[in-house]
Amino acid sequence: MIFISQLINGVHVGSIYALVALGYSMVYGIIKLINFAHGDIIMVASYAVWYGAVRMGLPTWAAILLSIVICPLLGMLIEKIAYKPLRGSARISLLITAIGVSFLLQNLARMIFTATPQSLPALIPGKLSVGPWTLSYTTLVTIAVAVVMMLCLNLLVSRTKMGKAMRAVSEDTEAAQLMGINVNHTISFTFAIGSGLAAVAAVLYCCSYPQVSPTMGSLLGLKAFVAAVLGGIGSIPGAMVGGFVIGIAESLTKGYIHSGLADALVFLILIVVLIVRPAGLMGVHRPEKV
Amino acid sequence: MLKVEDLSVFYGQIQALKSISFEVKQGEVVTLIGANGAGKSTVLKTISGLLRGRNGSSITFMGQDISRMEPHRIVERGLSHVPEGRRIFLQMSVLENLQMGAYTGAGDMEADIEQVFERFPRLRERQRQVAGTLSGGEQQMLAIGRALMSRPKLMMLDEPSMGLAPILIEQIFDIITELNAAGTTILLVEQNARMALSVAHRGYVLETGRVVLADTAQALLNSDAVKKAYLGG
Ligand SMILES: Nc1ncnc2c1ncn2[C@@H]1O[C@H](COP(=O)(O)OP(=O)(O)OP(=O)(O)O)[C@@H](O)[C@H]1O
Ligand SMILES: [Mg+2]
Repeated sequence: MIFISQLINGVHVGSIYALVALGYSMVYGIIKLINFAHGDIIMVASYAVWYGAVRMGLPTWAAILLSIVICPLLGMLIEKIAYKPLRGSARISLLITAIGVSFLLQNLARMIFTATPQSLPALIPGKLSVGPWTLSYTTLVTIAVAVVMMLCLNLLVSRTKMGKAMRAVSEDTEAAQLMGINVNHTISFTFAIGSGLAAVAAVLYCCSYPQVSPTMGSLLGLKAFVAAVLGGIGSIPGAMVGGFVIGIAESLTKGYIHSGLADALVFLILIVVLIVRPAGLMGVHRPEKV
Repeated sequence: MLKVEDLSVFYGQIQALKSISFEVKQGEVVTLIGANGAGKSTVLKTISGLLRGRNGSSITFMGQDISRMEPHRIVERGLSHVPEGRRIFLQMSVLENLQMGAYTGAGDMEADIEQVFERFPRLRERQRQVAGTLSGGEQQMLAIGRALMSRPKLMMLDEPSMGLAPILIEQIFDIITELNAAGTTILLVEQNARMALSVAHRGYVLETGRVVLADTAQALLNSDAVKKAYLGG
């Protein structure tokens, strides 16, 4: 009984991690950048929901829509302004820039909205009871939405022209250019999709933890990053699997060991993966200099 | 059709091409030959826009300056490049590789894929297979097939014979001749100078970033300098 409910909790948070991890993995696949600002997209998305719903008094769906429209635009803007000028320069410069963008976003949020956390109304109240079982609608919706998003992403990447272009650019940028693929567009598009998924994840996250603050994206982002590494960074199915594994591991730790250890466990997993299988569960091993 | 004038290219401080000029006319097979590191691949990469020439370099394709154009625009204009080492997408299927070749939407994709399969029946058998599992020869066929998908007016091939058995090399060169007969102009980079000159109309010899000889293929085959340096005496 406890096991089942912890497992469901794990799948619930895991699906949020997976959505965020996809953004890390796709961006890494295409420009070999660990986009440290990705977690902060979650924060921006959450503030957008809060601003829309609480400050502007929009209906919930409109606030959510606002957030899901803003984030892809922000992702593309960040890429254009901060990362594109550095294309072709040392990877460490890119990495440091990403950390800078992360600080910039957090501090902008602190300036505009202050450091005080803001509360959101419950987005999906209520729960489903069947006999002795109860399941919150939030959990149901979270898992369902995440799975649908992942299926859509799979279709996009495997079937559409743009999705195939993304894979081609990830595998060999020069060869992709020789096919007539516009690499700039493809990279922008990847950022848009990754940030859009992060926005969806943020909305789902806010359903469970209805509070927004300037640094809320850090830990969530970091855990999702671990999930991406666990799955094999650059691999889309890897990010999904990694997200669920991290979510479940975390939740079982909370249920059976100690809730204080849950975060530590995530990073323990990271260390073990890096030692034992640096390419991750589903990553292709390519020796790579950083 | 393609005219390169005073092309200089640098990798950082190293000058790989020193003001080279050459020309490919419509309907020709032209070959660039030269030893390792002479700059042959650099020439092709600069033409297709992956590298940039120094100021004063000029590259015109069908009367238009392409020296500052983005690579994808150059492909759209009908210039396709089969790069050194094939560079097919190893994680994609054979069919998907061909679809990527048709990215510019130059022709009827289904019909063009059918044509590639007719030319390379092996690829039809393996169309669902991941390209990374193809043999070297099959990979080269895929690379050529993929480049054909954009319906090129000019096709540049960088060492298509590399790493292939003599019988396959023979086959690849036959294909080049066929493509040319069917109307595609060819710029062929090769280390296998004898083979290259046997299918080409004209040739240029590149040495450490300079064109040192330019003549008809026949004349180059008979030239003492070429014989000594590239044809084994
Ligand atoms: N990315 C690079 N960075 C620095 N130098 C380079 C780079 N690529 C090529 N070079 C140098 O430029 C010169 C020309 O190289 P290029 O690859 O064009 O030669 P190539 O004629 O194609 O040789 P090969 O027959 O071995 O393919 C060489 O001296 C090479 O070392
Ligand atoms: Mg070369």
